[in-house]
Amino acid sequence: MNAIQTLRDARPDRVVAGGLGHELRATAMVWRREMIRFRHDRTRMVAMLLQPLLFLFVMGTGLAGVVDTGGGLDFRTFLFPGVLAMSVLFSAAFAGISLVWDREFGFLREMLVAPVSKSAIILGKCLGGATTATLQTLVLLALAGVVGVPYDPLLLLTLLALLFVGALMLTALGVLISARIKQMQAAMPATQLIITPMMFLSGALFPMAGLPDWLAVLTKINPLTYVVQPMRSAVFAHLELPPAARAAFDPAITWGGWVVPGGVQVLVALACTGLIVAAGVALFNRTD
Amino acid sequence: MTGRHAVHVRGLEKAYGDVRAVKGIDLDVAEGEMFGFLGPNGAGKTTAIKILCTIADATAGSATVAGHDVQTQRADVRRRIGVVFQEPTVDTYLTAEQNLRFHGELYGMPRRLLAERIDEVLEMVGLADRRHTEVLKFSGGMKRRLEIGRGLLHAPEVLFLDEPTIGLDPQTRASIWTYIAELRRRQDITIFVTTHYMDEAEHCDRIAIMNDGEIVVADTPEALKNRVGADRVSIRTSDDAVAIERLRERFGLDAAVHDGMVTVKVPGGAQFVPRLFAELGLAIETVTVTRPSLDDVFMAYTGRTIADTEQAGGASAMLRAMAARR
Ligand SMILES: Nc1ncnc2c1ncn2[C@@H]1O[C@H](COP(=O)(O)OP(=O)(O)O)[C@@H](O)[C@H]1O
Ligand SMILES: [Mg+2]
Repeated sequence: MNAIQTLRDARPDRVVAGGLGHELRATAMVWRREMIRFRHDRTRMVAMLLQPLLFLFVMGTGLAGVVDTGGGLDFRTFLFPGVLAMSVLFSAAFAGISLVWDREFGFLREMLVAPVSKSAIILGKCLGGATTATLQTLVLLALAGVVGVPYDPLLLLTLLALLFVGALMLTALGVLISARIKQMQAAMPATQLIITPMMFLSGALFPMAGLPDWLAVLTKINPLTYVVQPMRSAVFAHLELPPAARAAFDPAITWGGWVVPGGVQVLVALACTGLIVAAGVALFNRTD
Repeated sequence: MTGRHAVHVRGLEKAYGDVRAVKGIDLDVAEGEMFGFLGPNGAGKTTAIKILCTIADATAGSATVAGHDVQTQRADVRRRIGVVFQEPTVDTYLTAEQNLRFHGELYGMPRRLLAERIDEVLEMVGLADRRHTEVLKFSGGMKRRLEIGRGLLHAPEVLFLDEPTIGLDPQTRASIWTYIAELRRRQDITIFVTTHYMDEAEHCDRIAIMNDGEIVVADTPEALKNRVGADRVSIRTSDDAVAIERLRERFGLDAAVHDGMVTVKVPGGAQFVPRLFAELGLAIETVTVTRPSLDDVFMAYTGRTIADTEQAGGASAMLRAMAARR
């Protein structure tokens, strides 16, 4: 038999590579699998869009009447980056805990018995989840003009890049949760329990100016704040606004009086993301 | 490489809390051999395989697979083995080809070789015309064949098959074994298979009978059957009472009636039949010679049949296995 003949010629030492190139290919393939599966999930995609749309157009429009923006600022414009972040947050966390399904349906074992590091696998999973979650927000991002956010290519790219960082952070968090929680019935509520406060404490839905101390501290130790605030600042940089409105709705983040520059905020976000990924890899058990 | 053993196991133990799933087993499998674990559900077969495949840690003892230590040289072992787990591990949202490609990429196979090998294994397991079909639409047997093909994709030195036919209908079971037999024809792959079907264990060069975490006995199926002794010869005659009496007088054999047949136990049953016809002096209507089965072997070593053992201790394991096949 022909197949058998070649089998004999193809011994593992010749067939199976090693080294960094091999690890990267594994990561890329795990990423690609998330893309393939994403195409099957159109229903979920649509369902996941509903909630942010409700926040933006129902809550946003409702509150626009009572929130005094000092004129010139549509409250929904303020809300827009927060709603984008919120949407990516839930999709990303969900993508991360899909590792629980991978375990339950056995595919995780196929990955774990392969001659690659678990870092390669988990990194692929995180990048894949982050990509799909970011892609899902494209529909929302397309609505920018409707709520008064200009279609500036640089602004849109900046928002996408920041969304990707947030998505990566939350996917990694989902992966971290599923490293330890092995049943979906438990992983789902655990995820909600963690990301709902993160969402509320990031300033996605309310301005961060004039918060009581306890609340201000909580927002500052929330890594997601350092994704949402740079997004909002990017939007506000493209708006013509009276200084008072800017100060009220896009206040600077300060650490003990020091005004944290935008670049540092993004670095904080990236560093937190890196830490969460590393924790996911560390806590993930390859064997039982 | 150390030595000529594809699998070399000494004092291997695995405890899950209070449950001692594997209680110190010793085992050698020669290169090119087809070796089988036969035992009821819960015997510890899967646990042992998981340790050999580096996805479970042993509590004590040591093992090498393809010349590498399963605890300290995991990556070396992994790249040399193919595994078909008891529970399915294909991604049903991916097509057959995508599942294979995923595997090849994770094993770092050169791209050209991978493309060729995908064609070959799809051909080999009879799924070439379904390569672009999502696995969701596959039958249980097709999924299993895909998994076997995938396990072979990177040309492993040792292929582990944990209950390759569990939950499949008899016809599909037979076809799976046809594929395994075909593989078997090439001499340079070692196949390590587990089963709780004794008829399937017959396909192996050598088997180890496992029960309650221990290897009870290991040998070739033939030798094992010879160890438990005599064949069973059953005859239907014109007069059973006379037949029983003459068997005692002329052959020195204790006969009894089972299921309407006069039955004796004799070593070398087939050779005994001509003598029986010549010397019994009675009209013999039918004759059956039965070799001892592996179930008889299991019975002789454990005092119970595999089926009894499963009913007593393995009910939950069985349910789990059924659920796992969906
Ligand atoms: N992950 C686990 N945790 C606890 N007990 C386990 C685990 N896996 C297997 N066992 C127990 O170990 C024993 C052997 O199981 P297993 O190796 O699956 O047997 P087999 O494959 O022969 O059916 C059983 O009693 C089973 O319940
Ligand atoms: Mg088993």
